[in-house]
Amino acid sequence: MPDVAPDTPDRVASGSGAAGELLLPTVSPRQMAYRRFVTHRAAVGSVFILALLVLFVVLSPLTARYGVNEAVKEPPNYFIPPGGIAWFGTDDIGRDLYSRLIYGVRVSLVIGFFSAIISVTLGCLIGALAGFRGGRFDDVVMRVTDLFLAFPFLVTLLVLRNFLGAVEWLRPVVGDLSSIRFIIVLFSIFGWMSVARIVRGQVLALKEREFIEAARAAGADRWWVVRRHLLPNSVGPIMVALSFAVVSAIIGESTLSFFGYGPQPGAGATSLGLLVAGAKGAVNTGNWWLALFPCGVLALIALCVNFVGDALRDATDPRLDRGEA
Amino acid sequence: MLRYVLRRVLWAIPTLLLITFLVYVALRAGTDPLKSYLRINPRATKAKIEQYIEVNGLDPNYVRGYWTWLRNFVSGNWPRSIKGSREVWPQLKDALANSLRLGAAATVVGIFVGIFVGVYAALKPGGRRDVAVNMSAFIGISIPPYVSAIILQLLFAVYWSRWFGSTLFPTSGVYPPGQSGFDLGLMLRHMVLPTLVVAIQIIAVYARYMRSSLLDVLNSDYMRTARSKGISERRVLVRHGMRNALIPVVTIAALDVGAIVGGLIITENVFSYPGMGVYFLSAFGQGDFPLLMPWMVIIVASVLLFNLVADIAYAWLDPRIRLA
Repeated sequence: MPDVAPDTPDRVASGSGAAGELLLPTVSPRQMAYRRFVTHRAAVGSVFILALLVLFVVLSPLTARYGVNEAVKEPPNYFIPPGGIAWFGTDDIGRDLYSRLIYGVRVSLVIGFFSAIISVTLGCLIGALAGFRGGRFDDVVMRVTDLFLAFPFLVTLLVLRNFLGAVEWLRPVVGDLSSIRFIIVLFSIFGWMSVARIVRGQVLALKEREFIEAARAAGADRWWVVRRHLLPNSVGPIMVALSFAVVSAIIGESTLSFFGYGPQPGAGATSLGLLVAGAKGAVNTGNWWLALFPCGVLALIALCVNFVGDALRDATDPRLDRGEA
Repeated sequence: MLRYVLRRVLWAIPTLLLITFLVYVALRAGTDPLKSYLRINPRATKAKIEQYIEVNGLDPNYVRGYWTWLRNFVSGNWPRSIKGSREVWPQLKDALANSLRLGAAATVVGIFVGIFVGVYAALKPGGRRDVAVNMSAFIGISIPPYVSAIILQLLFAVYWSRWFGSTLFPTSGVYPPGQSGFDLGLMLRHMVLPTLVVAIQIIAVYARYMRSSLLDVLNSDYMRTARSKGISERRVLVRHGMRNALIPVVTIAALDVGAIVGGLIITENVFSYPGMGVYFLSAFGQGDFPLLMPWMVIIVASVLLFNLVADIAYAWLDPRIRLA
C-alpha cells in the first residue's frame, strides 16, 4: 500500500489527525467524502434541520393543525398573537400561520426541487458539451451565460417572465403566468447557466488528465469516458450545484412573490413567498409574528442549504484542506 | 496595453447594440406598449392609435422598430411615457441620482468593512474570530435583502418608537412628506437603513473574497522571502500581502455591479426610496415601454462598462496576465 503514491497527499490533507487511517487500504473515495462531510458540524446540523422540515411538510395532514383556509375560531380571530390556540399567531382573516407555513413550504419545496433537477440536468448537458467540444459552441454558450449572470437577477427574471408569457405557442408547455409550472419552467431556463459554467470548468480540467488519456489510449470510446470517468469525478460539483439550485429557486420564488409576480397556487393555497410578502403589511401594524416567522423560515432554509452545499464542496474535493480554506 | 484597451472598448459597442436589441424584442413582446396604451386610454380613436404607433415607431417588424427607436434615442427624441404622457428624462435623472447616492454609499461602506473583516479573519485562520466571521458572512449571504429590510423596519419603525418614544431612523422616502428643499441631515438619516441593507450583502461577499484571497497570498513563497529579508511583519502584510490579495478582489468588485443593482432594486422598493428600483418596478407594472427602455440602456451600459473596467484593471494591476 505505501507505494501507491498519488493518493497519499490527499489523505494527509483530509485526515483529522488520525494517522492510523492512512495505512488502511479499504477507504473508498465515497467514505472519505463522508468523513470529511461529518467533520463540518454546521452542515450536519443543517441536514438534520432540513430533514425535520421536509418531514413536517410531507406529514402535513398530521403536523398542520388547521386547514389552509380554516380560521382558528369564530371571529374576532384576526391578528391573534402567538399562543396556545395558534402557535405562530393568526393573519388578517384568522388563519393559523403555523399551518399555513407548512403548506407554503410544501409549495416552495416542490418549486425548488423540480426546477433544480431540470436546471441541473440541462446545465450538465450543455456544460459538458461546451467543455468537450470547445470551439464556437463553447464561446457562444459561455458568452451568453456570462451576460445573463452579469445582469440584476430580478430584472432578467421579470423580463423573461413577461416574454415567456407572451409567446402564444409556448402556452401549452409553460402554462399560465401565475401557475407553479410556469415558475418551474422560468427558473429552469434561468438556472442552468451557473450549473453549465461549473460543469464546463470541471470537464475542461478533467479532459487533459492522464487517466482520461490512458482510457482513450486503451480504446475507450467517448461514452465510456463520460460514464466511467467524467461523471463520477464530477459528482461533487454537481451535487453542490444541485443544492444551490434548490435554494436559489426557493429564494427566487419568494422574491417574485414579494413583488407580486409569483405563483398563485389558487383557492387560498399559499407559498413561502406569499407569506413573506404578507410580512410587508405587518410592519406598520406591528404584528411582528407575521414578519418574523415566514422570514425566519426562509432564512433558515437558505442558510441550511448553503451550509450543506459548502460542506459537500469541501467533502468531495480531495485537494481542499479544511483547516486552510 | 493601449491596443488591448482599445479592442475591448470597440467590442463593447456591438455588444451594447445586440443586448439592447434583445431587450427591445423581449420587452415589446412581453409588455406590449400598444396594449398598455390602450389600457390607459381605452377610448382612443383609430386615428389616435395610428398616430401613437407612428410617433413611437412601433413597427410590427421588430428590426425596423428597433432601428427607429435607436435613432430617436440617440438623437434625444425620446417618446413620452404612456401613463400621464410625461417626459422620461427628468424622472429618470432624479431616480438615477438617488440610486447613485445610495449605491455609492452602500458600496463604499460594504467594500471597506468587508475587506477589513476579511483581513481580520484571515490573520488567524481556523481561530475563533475566523469562525465567527465565516458564520456571519454565511448568514449575510443567505438572507435575502427584503427579509433583512423588513426586520430592520419592524425594529426601527415600530418597536423603537414603542420602547423609546421616538423613531431613530425613518423607513421610507428620501425626505419626510411635505419637506421641500435640500437638507443633508434628514437625507442621511433616511439613507441609513437602506444603505445598511445593501451593505450587509456586500460586506458578507467581500469578507469571504478577501479572506480566501489573502490566505492564498499568505501561503505563497514570496511572503516567506519577504519575511526572510527581515522586513517588519506589518510591512510584509501591507506591501506584499494586501497589495497582491486586493487584485482579485478589485476585479470582482467591478464585476459585481449587476448584483449590487439587484440588491438596490429590492431594497429601494421596501423602503419606498425613489430611485431606479422603484422607477423600474412601477414602470414594469404598468407596462410603460417608453419608460423602461432608457432604464434598460443605462443598466446594460453600466454592466458592460464595469465589465470592461474589471478586465482592464486586472490586466493593469497584475502584470502576469497575458493580454492575448
